[in-house]
Amino acid sequence: MNPILQLKQIRKSYNIGTSIETEILHGIDIELSAGSFSALTGPSGSGKSTLLNIIGLLEPPTSGELVISGKSTQNISDDQLTKLRGLNIGFVFQFHHLLPAFNALENVMMPSIIHQQLEKNKAERRAQQLLNAVGLASATQKKPNELSGGMQQRVAIARALMLNPPLVLADEPTGNLDTHSADDIFKLLERINQTEGISFLIVTHDMKLAQRCSSRFHLVDGCLSQSFET
Amino acid sequence: MSLAFEWLLAIRFLKEGRMQSWLILAGVTGGVAIIIFLTQLINQLQGTIIDRVLSSQAHIVMRPAEEVVLRLNQSETLTAALIQQRGQRLRSIDQWESFAQLARTTPGIKAVSPLATGPVFARNNLASKSVVLMGIVPEDYLKVVDMNRYLVKGRFDVSSEQTVIGTELAKDLGVGLGDRIQIVNEVGVVQNLTIVGLFDINNKDLNKRWVFTQLRLAQSLLNIPGGVSSIDLTVHDLFGAKLLAQRLSKQTGLLVESWMETNSGLLNALSNQTVTNSLIRVFVVIIVALGIASVLVVSVVQKQKEIGILRAMGATQQQVLRIFLMQGALFGSLGSLMGVSLAFGLLTLFATVYKSPDGSMMFTAQLDPNLVVMASIVAMLVGILAALLPARRAARMDPVQAIRS
Ligand SMILES: Nc1ncnc2c1ncn2[C@@H]1O[C@H](COP(=O)(O)OP(=O)(O)OP(=O)(O)O)[C@@H](O)[C@H]1O
Ligand SMILES: [Mg+2]
Repeated sequence: MNPILQLKQIRKSYNIGTSIETEILHGIDIELSAGSFSALTGPSGSGKSTLLNIIGLLEPPTSGELVISGKSTQNISDDQLTKLRGLNIGFVFQFHHLLPAFNALENVMMPSIIHQQLEKNKAERRAQQLLNAVGLASATQKKPNELSGGMQQRVAIARALMLNPPLVLADEPTGNLDTHSADDIFKLLERINQTEGISFLIVTHDMKLAQRCSSRFHLVDGCLSQSFET
Repeated sequence: MSLAFEWLLAIRFLKEGRMQSWLILAGVTGGVAIIIFLTQLINQLQGTIIDRVLSSQAHIVMRPAEEVVLRLNQSETLTAALIQQRGQRLRSIDQWESFAQLARTTPGIKAVSPLATGPVFARNNLASKSVVLMGIVPEDYLKVVDMNRYLVKGRFDVSSEQTVIGTELAKDLGVGLGDRIQIVNEVGVVQNLTIVGLFDINNKDLNKRWVFTQLRLAQSLLNIPGGVSSIDLTVHDLFGAKLLAQRLSKQTGLLVESWMETNSGLLNALSNQTVTNSLIRVFVVIIVALGIASVLVVSVVQKQKEIGILRAMGATQQQVLRIFLMQGALFGSLGSLMGVSLAFGLLTLFATVYKSPDGSMMFTAQLDPNLVVMASIVAMLVGILAALLPARRAARMDPVQAIRS
């Protein structure tokens, strides 16, 4: 399978040039193939979120190269990076991060509104379909604060899928939920992976959930310790 | 390029911060209203004052050159000159017809009126008053000062031996329409005149002193046969009067004075008022700008997380920048819209509450379209400028920081 994402010797340091300069990631190599379903595990503070943010083009690595959908992200402008991010990567965060001023449907449509990808009618139809798919057919007009944590996370997942990106990054998407809801959300991600062929990279603390992934990356102190293909 | 996303976010964010939005909108509204109200008020009152002052006055007066000055330079007969000056022998303008003709053909001059004026006594069997005889050519004079406007009784007619006098003089002499008065000149020549009109020119002194008669009669009573003592002019452009007067003075060698010189005190007061108004405007603009800026700074901090999410979803720095610039523009334009309405309300209120002593409208509520357009444009620009700093701050925010927290 052709890789959708390649990390080559990614390093990340904070507080560069000061006395408290620390390297968080020490040369990470990762390859994700299209349609894969991967877990990223590791103890707290090992650099999982940092790595995910670098993959998601939210922050630049200190050194190393990142290739997304065959495009290298070295030496490209912030605007191009932003565009690349918006069109190729969907995000699901632990704290769902919905826009409180907008209802569920509008939140799901937001990526399309930002990128002016679809005209309003089509965008609305697609957003409605996605909400149906995540089991929120009847909650489209509700504002985030009227939804439970699990429901908010479903809206966030639907939003991540809006522009049909090849890769979705999820940083502890179930970390804030009870076991039952967590299981539901995980099943939903698995189903989307199988039906849509979208790749997932999921950061999780839950080893049981990690076991269900087709590949696993384990991060310890900024280094990948083992990764297994099953 | 469609700005649908930016508009949507700008408006939704404003709605979300309802209290802040209304407060700053009220601030902009108040600021715009104050500026428009004050400017309109001052402009109109100044217009009214100038109009009142000038309606009973020529804009430019041409008089004989000061002979005293010339003689001082020429000869030693200084004492003689001063004595002659003190004797107040009325001087007339040499060849005044040609100067009047020159004035008539000068562009910018609206009307030309030759006058023979000088001191005489007005008396009847009860009293005698020192007055100014105003010898005029009625057709010309009425174009300079519209006496019909000030007529309170009778008609303005100075033909044959008729006269029009002020209400105060009539009271002093105890006379009315149809009564006769006697005009006595320096050397005791007496002329009978019949009163056919009374005027009130809003000036007590002039109401006591002016006695109108026809030019010919005045010329003989004032002992300047065929001459005039001054030529009164009105102009089209009020504030161009000074320049025009200077030009005419050069051309004629006469003493030519415009209303701007004779009323320099008034003009000074008016320009001080204008300066004060400008200062107020500047301060209001600054305060409004600071208000908008501070509200937006707070809003940017509050929206940190949302901005981070939007950036993660692919919103560019420019898009985020525009969201907040639009908010500034919205505050400016909505505020000016409401401010104009408020200003109009205030002006209407003011016009009905404050009236002239005589009960007439001192002031009509109206908006100068230029002023409204200017104020709106300025408000919008100020809004955008005030939003610039907060907007840049928002655009440069690190999305990771926002998402991690
Ligand atoms: N902006 C920053 N400046 C300095 N240090 C940072 C910054 N961001 C993260 N770090 C440090 O980098 C290390 C890795 O953080 P990261 O959030 O990636 O860990 P994590 O594996 O996601 O942990 P958790 O499981 O608790 O979410 C931590 O020690 C953190 O303190
Ligand atoms: Mg983390």
